[in-house]
Amino acid sequence: MAYTEEELKKELESKEYAYGFYTDIESDTFPIGLNEDIVRAISKRKNEPNWMTEWRLEAYQSWTEMEEPDWANVDYPKPDFQAISYYSAPKTAPKYNSLDEVDPELLDTFKRLGISIDEQKKLAGVAVDIVMDSVSVATTFKETLAEKGIIFCSISEAIKEYPNLVRKYIGTVVPRKDNYYAALNSAVFSDGSFCYIPKGVRCPMELSTYFRINQAGTGQFERTLVIADEGSYVSYLEGCTAPARDENQLHAAVVELVAHDHAEIKYSTVQNWYPGDADGKGGVFNFVTKRGICHRSAKISWTQVETGSAVTWKYPSCILKGDDSIGEFYSIAVTNNRQQADTGTKMVHLGKRTKSTIISKGISAGTSQNSYRGLVKISPRADEARNFSQCDSLLMGNKCGAHTFPYIEVGNKSAQIEHEATTSKIGEDQIFYCNQRGIDTEKAIALIVNGFSKDVLNKLPMEFAVEAQKLLEISLEGSVG
Amino acid sequence: MDLQEKLVASYMAQTSSTEDLSAIAKIRSSAIETFEQQGFPTKKMEEWKYTPLNKLVKTDYTVFPKKTKNLTLDDVQPYILHDVDTYKIVFVDGVYSAFLSETTHEGMDVCLMSAALSQPKYRKVIETYFDTATDSEDSFTALNTAFGREGAFIHIPKKKVVEKPIQIIHFSTGVNQNLMLQPRNLIVADQQAEVQIIERHQSLSDTEVFTNVVTEIFTHKGAQVDYYKIQNDHEEASLVDSTYIVQQKHSHAKVHTFSFGSRFVRNNLHFYHKDEAIQSTMKGITLVEGKQLVDHHTLVHHAHPNSESHQEYKGIYDGQATGVFNGKIVVEQEAQKTNAFQQNNNILMSDKATINTKPQLEIFADDVRCTHGCTIGQLDETALFYLQTRGIPQKEARALLTYAFANNVLASVTIPAVKMRINALIAKKLGVNLGFNL
Repeated sequence: MAYTEEELKKELESKEYAYGFYTDIESDTFPIGLNEDIVRAISKRKNEPNWMTEWRLEAYQSWTEMEEPDWANVDYPKPDFQAISYYSAPKTAPKYNSLDEVDPELLDTFKRLGISIDEQKKLAGVAVDIVMDSVSVATTFKETLAEKGIIFCSISEAIKEYPNLVRKYIGTVVPRKDNYYAALNSAVFSDGSFCYIPKGVRCPMELSTYFRINQAGTGQFERTLVIADEGSYVSYLEGCTAPARDENQLHAAVVELVAHDHAEIKYSTVQNWYPGDADGKGGVFNFVTKRGICHRSAKISWTQVETGSAVTWKYPSCILKGDDSIGEFYSIAVTNNRQQADTGTKMVHLGKRTKSTIISKGISAGTSQNSYRGLVKISPRADEARNFSQCDSLLMGNKCGAHTFPYIEVGNKSAQIEHEATTSKIGEDQIFYCNQRGIDTEKAIALIVNGFSKDVLNKLPMEFAVEAQKLLEISLEGSVG
Repeated sequence: MDLQEKLVASYMAQTSSTEDLSAIAKIRSSAIETFEQQGFPTKKMEEWKYTPLNKLVKTDYTVFPKKTKNLTLDDVQPYILHDVDTYKIVFVDGVYSAFLSETTHEGMDVCLMSAALSQPKYRKVIETYFDTATDSEDSFTALNTAFGREGAFIHIPKKKVVEKPIQIIHFSTGVNQNLMLQPRNLIVADQQAEVQIIERHQSLSDTEVFTNVVTEIFTHKGAQVDYYKIQNDHEEASLVDSTYIVQQKHSHAKVHTFSFGSRFVRNNLHFYHKDEAIQSTMKGITLVEGKQLVDHHTLVHHAHPNSESHQEYKGIYDGQATGVFNGKIVVEQEAQKTNAFQQNNNILMSDKATINTKPQLEIFADDVRCTHGCTIGQLDETALFYLQTRGIPQKEARALLTYAFANNVLASVTIPAVKMRINALIAKKLGVNLGFNL
């Protein structure tokens, strides 16, 4: 037996974080701490209009009145909000007209991240917006998109250039007072991506954002707003990495999606923040609020591959407001060492004949804890709503834990809800079956793990699926497929 | 004075007039402290998120019933299983009724909690078991621990197979306005003992009754306890039923809960595994309408290897009824080779009915097989149509399908008389007469 489950487990546990480098770029970092002046200063630094500053200050006010929630099944030292710098930007040339002007060191960073901008430009045709330490540093393919009327830029640019759009939609899906971290984000968000697809336009390429925390002692608070107008379609990708540091870094993002009538938004995330070392030292706290609203016959599909972060706390949700709207959630969450993940989704059915699908796959190894927490809510008016949920957990090793907390609230008799969950390890009988068909154990495990995650991997765009498989940290080179 | 204050004050008054074993007195005083500190649960607590207690705890209940009414056999006839010979422990307004009961001390003890608490020969058993299985942080349980002085005490010795079922029945007559009852049951099945128990709470008038019952069950090595709860009380009745089961090696505990009546029912059913190779079964049928609320909270704590738990709850909700199901399965790291199964199926018959369900798994061991399934849906329209084409009227056809839906739970009932009684109750609830017994 060349490759046993034990070895696989070991490899899983010992696999080091490949993105843990730090790029030495001079950056402009605010002093640590948070108060009204800092909020004003961030707003001023970004040359924001008055209404935005006020909006932030109101959010800050409500944040000070809120308490940090502790209901999630995660255990971590509470971040000290006065010990974080709320703004950090690479100092060199704030805006680039072409890639040639970009700091070579920055370009090098992107290369190491595996997102060579040139290459992407030539090959895949993926438009990328790159956010480093909270500030958008490069957006590619802007012109090509502009021809179609698609706006794809950083949110700070959008606040300046398209204030009406931003003002109309920001905070409508995730209100400022929604939760503790959403309020914090609303007060101090420094950048993020903004995307608007006009009526009836099918976005010709995948839009993509890369986030990276580079500077020490900073938190990253980005804000993404995607608006798909009537009958439009967009596929949006998001990836994230951070350097390996001993202290914990805070990442509190807000993502808002608006899908108007008949529109479709596909939002994929490959989250690979630094997970901390094998002893649980360092790593990113990932506290994210993601939510989308579906109008009539619209569709929002969340796909996420969660491999990083010391603590993950996120629930990409769909509010199915319009009749016949559809929400989907596909997730793979891998935790190992001392990682903790409490993730899942909320599907709120308000419209008639709304449908939702939830497929969640959790893989826990090492001494990690992996929880699925989800809510399916059928309001009394949502006639003939349909939901299918499946949460499967795979345990590798006897020191890890897998938990499911599905909440199902139904107030309409015509609803059809199915929920099923299983927890198991890789079955000896499964391996035995493969063995007796002439497939060795190495290949068998590869097949089984791959099959376990297939439902979700299939939902990812091609380029991402490849990366995601890599990121699953189950290096099954030569044996996958 | 709200109910909480009243209860605490009543406790103080009561302790001065009664004599307890010192050990028990200590348990009680710490329990009332817990209750005083915690008060009644609120909706802010995760375990009570969907179960509002407002109305229940705002009513002024009589804590110590003064009056009793003599009941004749005719009054209680419909509520006692007669078609099978049984032992009976019957209480009327919280007081033991020797006339209606049939207890025994021959080869085993089927008697009263009050007797067990006061007679020296039971001291050892009481000290070993009383309040050792409960969740002391649960405020309803703490309240019962402080007040509960009467109930059933059943002790089955080693290898004794009890030849007939035991019925525990609590009647309330309505002579006391707004009565609050706190029965306390203790059941100990020693090694390889086998026993079947049927528990029922029944009010005979339309006055408000609030029953807060706690049952502790201990199943020793290889013992089998088969427990049936028939909850079919009046509309003004409320019930909080907490059952704690501690299991030893090779034991098998089965609890069937049939919830048809009462305005408010909350079931807390906890299984704790203390050794290997244990089987736990819990099943339930809930069939409610009007403004009824039925809440099932179950917990199976798998702490040792090679054990099994099997859970199946079926719910049918009509009118403005509310259903809550929270099934928690915890599998500790040592509990390898655990096989835990949980199934919760629900049918909503009306637009105003609500169901909130949360099947929850917390698993720390890797070599386990844990599954849960949960569905919410309707009766199959095509099956309904098929039956109608065969000349079965719609109402009867619906009833037949409802039976079929609930049948898995009924199938494992081992006392035929109970099965027939449940069948009759379902038929009555659905307003049909199928003319045959399933």
